[in-house]
Amino acid sequence: MLHSDHSMLLHSSQILPLTGVTVVLNPLGAVFVIVTAVVAIAVTIYWVGYASHGLSSRTASATLPIFVTSMLVVPAAGSVATFLVVWELMALSSLILVLVDQSQREEARSAAQWYAVMTHAGAAAILFALILLAAHAGGQTFTDIRAHAAQMPADVRGTAFVLALIGFGSKAGAVPLHVWLPKAHPEAPSPVSALMSGAMVNLGVYGIVLVGDTLLGGGLLWWWLLVSAMGIVSALFGALHAATNTDLKRMLAYSTADNMGLVLIGVGASGLFVASGHRTVGALAMMAALLVLANHAVFKGSLFLSAGSVQMATGTRDLDLLGGLLRRMPVTGAIFMVGALSVAALPPFGGFVGEWLLFQSLLHGLPASSVSASIVVPIGVATLALTGGLTAVAFVKAIGVGFLGRARSIGAASAHEVPRTMYIGAGVLAGCCVVLGVVPIVLLPALERAAAQVVPGVSPHLMHGVVNLRLAGLDGALSPAFLALGILLAVGVVVGMRRLAQRSVAGPAPRRAEAWGSGRLLQTPKMQYTATSYAEPIERVFDDVLRPTHDVNVSHLDESRYYLEKVSYRTSTADVIEQILYRPVIRAVRWWGERSRVVQNGSVHRYLAYGLVALVILLVVIA
Amino acid sequence: MSWFGGALADVAVGGAQIAAVIVGGPLLIGVMRKVRARLEGRAGSKIHQPWLDLRKLFTKQRMRPEHSSWVFGVGPVVLVASALVIAAVFPLATVRPPLGQSADFFVVVFVFLLGSVALALAALDTGTPFGGMGSSRSMTIGALAEPALLVAILAMSIPAHTSNLPALVRIGLFHPEMIASPERLFALGAFVIVILAESGRIPVDNPSTHLELTMIHEAMVLEYAGPDLGLIVLGESMRLVLLLGLLVNLFVPWGVAERPGALSILIGIAAISAKVLAIGIAIAIFEVFSAKLRFFRLPELLAGGFILALFGAVTALAVR
Repeated sequence: MLHSDHSMLLHSSQILPLTGVTVVLNPLGAVFVIVTAVVAIAVTIYWVGYASHGLSSRTASATLPIFVTSMLVVPAAGSVATFLVVWELMALSSLILVLVDQSQREEARSAAQWYAVMTHAGAAAILFALILLAAHAGGQTFTDIRAHAAQMPADVRGTAFVLALIGFGSKAGAVPLHVWLPKAHPEAPSPVSALMSGAMVNLGVYGIVLVGDTLLGGGLLWWWLLVSAMGIVSALFGALHAATNTDLKRMLAYSTADNMGLVLIGVGASGLFVASGHRTVGALAMMAALLVLANHAVFKGSLFLSAGSVQMATGTRDLDLLGGLLRRMPVTGAIFMVGALSVAALPPFGGFVGEWLLFQSLLHGLPASSVSASIVVPIGVATLALTGGLTAVAFVKAIGVGFLGRARSIGAASAHEVPRTMYIGAGVLAGCCVVLGVVPIVLLPALERAAAQVVPGVSPHLMHGVVNLRLAGLDGALSPAFLALGILLAVGVVVGMRRLAQRSVAGPAPRRAEAWGSGRLLQTPKMQYTATSYAEPIERVFDDVLRPTHDVNVSHLDESRYYLEKVSYRTSTADVIEQILYRPVIRAVRWWGERSRVVQNGSVHRYLAYGLVALVILLVVIA
Repeated sequence: MSWFGGALADVAVGGAQIAAVIVGGPLLIGVMRKVRARLEGRAGSKIHQPWLDLRKLFTKQRMRPEHSSWVFGVGPVVLVASALVIAAVFPLATVRPPLGQSADFFVVVFVFLLGSVALALAALDTGTPFGGMGSSRSMTIGALAEPALLVAILAMSIPAHTSNLPALVRIGLFHPEMIASPERLFALGAFVIVILAESGRIPVDNPSTHLELTMIHEAMVLEYAGPDLGLIVLGESMRLVLLLGLLVNLFVPWGVAERPGALSILIGIAAISAKVLAIGIAIAIFEVFSAKLRFFRLPELLAGGFILALFGAVTALAVR
């Protein structure tokens, strides 16, 4: 599948009545199937240790395979009916997994409610979009729609694309449709978060590419401007919140919105370049988007799994209560570090290669593109840069406050390494980060084929070389393996030199001593920087966007106001978009609900009267 | 066996550049201190004093704080290692450095970031308030400098159709008129601001301060002593040479070797040393006459750099 252009087709009329099931696996879908499968394998290994600790019920263990299977079938669905059925199955099974083991917890219930509403509103938009297309095509298989796409009126195609963008964008966690994501990902059990963030959100991107490119054949410039704008806003908003959030899993969730934003920038840029006639660069941008997506799946999967291990070992996911975990959980800590350095796009890890390719495609597409694209693309590069910097802050904070320094709570001080299956599961994905960073060639041919399928007429040889990767026809090259080797060699040389210089010193082992406490006698863990204080400068610089609230309460002793009795300080950063866009809608719905109670008072007599009145009106109208 | 000869030549060129950066880094610091001292009316220490300090540091015993992990010891190593990698593939003395084809601007920026992140993590590993303070501040500045840096790279790469560093230097060499093009001048402004920020010089950070409330870089490395401190001092001076070398070779490329050969490489090393020395002295003079900015004024400076870079990118697109 990965090394050929053929598609695999399977049709069965027995499984679904009326429409039957059509499954077609093509190169684009294959990429998503592989990514989902890799994450699912790791999660399943992790689940063994997780479930044996009584952290998940039988219902959850039974629902997990349904969730994974539905995610594997979505990218292979070949007709509208098949797609919608598996999509809905995916939404429902994931909802069950979020809620099943913690239906008593208020936060989890609220998160599940948000998730349910958002995912079903999105599904409704997707339903409308696909039915609109199927109705105009006169057939419900994707082949029919593709064949008739060119004859459809422009407004039908535009409407269908915007509806699909809303539906799939909300699944991908694109701002402003992301609100469910920072609620549902942290509250879900960690292996489920890993699946949702590593595999499920990808399918939102798949849907946008499916409708925009595969079904409608590219479309107009403004579609892709819209996608790029969505990507830019998501990336910046997600990165800012990831940098300032102190809840380990919520921070990871916001970082998912950030990374999906980068993917959407790639998808949007690809559409822009193709729409202005530069197909090769367009395919390159699509390939970059898919590479960022694949990398995100593995590093975010490993991060969520290790966050779950941390939560199990310490009983909290609040970074301000962690610290010093690297010494108590050395394997989990190392895995988390690999994942975090990969998110921060540092060589020699996978995230770096993806961002390099994205930068190259933007750079090479820019001089050839139209005016609108030449506004979007520099902003895209600036976004890539700022999110890169903010992500580095976010993950240095996560590693440094969570795993380094000294424990800030009893839970963190008494943590132990998790069972072997748990860290093997997370370690598989961390290993994938390293592989994708050192020898990305294992994945690149598959991505080339997928990009060539999305942008038809382009040769699927977008990159040359195995070790030294060169862009075909463009000036740009990267040798990830040599880079990794060089860094490793340099580290070895420096360590050797340090040892050499130490020969004459009495003791070779470093002497441990108390850190300097500014002249105080006692240095306590409370004096360390917390995640909150670490992100405070960023919060202050961007306070217009983040709008943090601070509460300081000082109470004095009765005898003298020069002596403090207690100081309490609270700070919180609410999601601005949730406050501005969603709260008014929720208030309006609630108001409408209250109003409609006037007619709904529970009396059967009154309902019978309503029926009678309605019947009379109906007869009058017909007569 | 021609590839073997080629590989050997590559190793020689890379080795020569690394040696020049290692030897030159502490000397540059020495010269800059001397210039500052003279302008402030002091005699100042010897120019090779930083090397004497390093020799002393490397013969001391290693120390580490009670509660630190292996990250504390690895931080300085990665800092120096990342600088070594950049020094090998940078077009400093020649436009044909080893692996020059892959010496992408974007790659260099992220290898550089690797060093900064390693140090920021090591600072948090000390478990002291100062480590966190310095780490937080330096990462914030790094994050805000990043957009200016990458967009400036974009502005320079658009007319060249590549972000390959040797190619960008070569263009300046063969088409001198492109150096004074508006987009390069805008990019130059952005680069100067970013380089002052990344290397921790005034007005962003004061390398000679130990005042608790204002220090950034010094707060991060407060717990280091002996050979680990030596590595940090060496690494930071190498990074300064590399940043300044990048700046001068992009905007004043003359003297850099165009063809292979020991003599032209030697001339190239002499040229880059002279240019870096000149700009180092200029920075030292500037530092005497100006003050450090307040930390929360820095975003304005870096945003200014970003605007300059964006102007550069837009100009590059408009005149393409």
